Amino acid sequence: MNELLPAFDFHHVVVAPWTDYLPATGAWMLMGFFVTATCGLVGNYLMLRRMALMGDAVSHSVLPGLVIAFLITGTRGTWAMFLGALLAGVATTVIVETIHRKTRVKQDASIGVTFTTLFAIGVVLVSVYSSQVDLDAECVLYGEIGNIAALDEGGIPAPLVRMGSVLIGVVLLITIFYKQLLVSSFDPGLARSLGVNTTATHYGTMIVLSIVAVSAFEAVGAILVVAMLILPGATSGLLTTRLARMHGLSVVHAALSTVLGVHLALALGSQIAPAIVVAGAGLFGLAWVFSPTQGLWLRWRKPAKPGTAPAEAS
Amino acid sequence: MVSKKQLRFIFGWLALLIAPVALHAAQVSDVVETDLVEQLARFFSMRDPSLRFALIGSILLGISCGLLGGFIVVRKMALMGDALSHAVLPGVAGGFLWNMEKDPVAILVGATIAGLLGSAMVSALTRTTRIKEDAALGLVLASFFAAGLCLQTMIIQNLPSGTQSGLDKFMFGQAAALGWDDVALMSAVTLLAVVMVALFYKELLVTSFDEGFARASGLPVRWVHHGLMLLLAMSVVIALKAVGVVLVSAMLITPAAAAYLLTDRLHRLLTLAVVFGVLAASVGAFFSFVGKNLPTGPLMVLGASTVFLGAFLFGPRYGVLSKWWARRSRSGRTQRENTLKAIYHVWENEGAALEGVSLKALAEKRRATLEEIGREVNSLERHGLATVNGPMVYFTPAGRQRSAEIVRNHRLWELYLTNSANIAPDHVHDDAENIEHVLGEDVVRELERRLGYATHDPHGKAIPSVQDVHQNAGLTGEAGKRGGA
Repeated sequence: MNELLPAFDFHHVVVAPWTDYLPATGAWMLMGFFVTATCGLVGNYLMLRRMALMGDAVSHSVLPGLVIAFLITGTRGTWAMFLGALLAGVATTVIVETIHRKTRVKQDASIGVTFTTLFAIGVVLVSVYSSQVDLDAECVLYGEIGNIAALDEGGIPAPLVRMGSVLIGVVLLITIFYKQLLVSSFDPGLARSLGVNTTATHYGTMIVLSIVAVSAFEAVGAILVVAMLILPGATSGLLTTRLARMHGLSVVHAALSTVLGVHLALALGSQIAPAIVVAGAGLFGLAWVFSPTQGLWLRWRKPAKPGTAPAEAS
Repeated sequence: MVSKKQLRFIFGWLALLIAPVALHAAQVSDVVETDLVEQLARFFSMRDPSLRFALIGSILLGISCGLLGGFIVVRKMALMGDALSHAVLPGVAGGFLWNMEKDPVAILVGATIAGLLGSAMVSALTRTTRIKEDAALGLVLASFFAAGLCLQTMIIQNLPSGTQSGLDKFMFGQAAALGWDDVALMSAVTLLAVVMVALFYKELLVTSFDEGFARASGLPVRWVHHGLMLLLAMSVVIALKAVGVVLVSAMLITPAAAAYLLTDRLHRLLTLAVVFGVLAASVGAFFSFVGKNLPTGPLMVLGASTVFLGAFLFGPRYGVLSKWWARRSRSGRTQRENTLKAIYHVWENEGAALEGVSLKALAEKRRATLEEIGREVNSLERHGLATVNGPMVYFTPAGRQRSAEIVRNHRLWELYLTNSANIAPDHVHDDAENIEHVLGEDVVRELERRLGYATHDPHGKAIPSVQDVHQNAGLTGEAGKRGGA
């Protein structure tokens, strides 16, 4: 076990990321923050609309969209990738709805069948055309956030610019359509009676979700996107019930988990994206235990059964 | 267990599966550049021990995943399978760390513990917070998966033996990497799953479909749930090496969902799910063997998805195409019967003396153009219910009998609603319009008896009697002759 954990080097883990390594770690942190914040903001609405698992489905099915777009256009251009992912995302939504509506298969099973099939198609395509596609299984699993060029090597890296613009786009969309999103997420019936087009809102959310999923895919891979979509929203949902505050808190969660995650990755010598998620899950765990309104410590204290209260509760 | 009809469908799908096989085989040979025929010969002669293990392993995982998948699909916990399969990853890495080698038993134990922790976490989250179940599943799935990835990348980077650990094979699966000890473990777990399901079949059945009833009859619902989770986690773990973490949930969900489209009985559903699971797994192992660089998991999943697509389209009762076809033929029949009824009405109105009915009068009655009536009558002619002769249309004996039946059904139902349900006579027509096409002979007899063999409906029209229907009286005699002439 000892050889597994590298010796804890205070300078390497805590100080250097802010001094010597800053060009590299800065790019990682910025990218990580952009990804987690974007996903977290969109994820808030997925949580409220009970579409968390559509996030799971869309983030997986983006893969065949990417590969097919690449095979058709032959380039890895931003627009081709976005378009492919967008079509894949919308196709997932439509297929899930079709299976669910036309047969007696329940929605969860139809999600499960759809996204695994699409993802399998993607993986098979990647392995068949591995010589041509600039994607591999590792990239699918944990992204290539660690490979982002350092800041000082000739300007700002392109992925950073792309993700940053997606973040700005998402923030703008939420600001403009805040009222519509708010009403339609909490009470679709009321929203319709107020003249909000709920179908358009639904598909709009799904389209934004696909865009976010594809841009985050590059950095953190298909599966970890799910964590980034759900964790910030779930954490802030434990701490507040106001939507605006939830947004703020999920951005805070994103920033904290990114910084902690980068340190964790340095300390453990692991990949960065999973370490960010682990840090985020840790923060969620803290919120779960210590939330002022629904925290576990309230439950542990109330029954007042001696011996059952774990140490964290005191 | 499986009826002849179901066997027929299974063979139908086999045929369906062969189409993509042929397509794919061509592609694979392009990429791998080996002699496809030789590969096929090696596959079917099973000379390679690794192939033998791969095939046996695939069949075993098809059995255990199909069997347990059937339960999670009917219990509406399909995505619990997804969450479990991702949640076992840290356990896999932990099991490896236990004694720094790929010991299948240590990995099984570690992964099962991680899976159970994950499922317990989901229930704890939904119980103690306002987080909904779907979000809890996604949260546990991704967080555990990330923890597993962290551990795994640590092992690969920091340990000298890490690169050879083969842990990355757990991601997308490689059936060819299965060894003797893996297969032995797989058989043990599969056997355990089959025996447990057989022993506790009744408990599983009741808790799956009616939890309230199960609790009321004193069954330990919670323990059944936890036991199922344990079996599920174990079968996920044995499937990992062949299918991979990412897609093992498909082997649980897809065969069972396909079976769910085909039958209503749990034992048939489980049998079918097992058959589909084995089929999909062996097809996947086959392709991954033929094309050397292809990961097994995705191919197995695509095999299962093909089966699902077949059930989705052609399932006899719930298939989309079958339903569409049934609706189409039903609406065609209804239309023909309505035309027959209209002919009867015209014939009745114009006095039974007439031998045939003019198309023009029929068009007026149906409020349709002559062209439309022409099409309708032609359809009757195709089905042997009427004959057309110039501007006149005549019943055949079969057509006359069916038209009298329809009119009788309609008028008896109207009378029944008026007499027994106290509905005003001018409100009963629409209802009768629908029911007339589906009333069976015995129901009509019973209606007639209850109505005291009434002869007239609420609107004063004569109800054709049984004799009218079955003796080819009235119009048919002459019309039949005329039609034949």
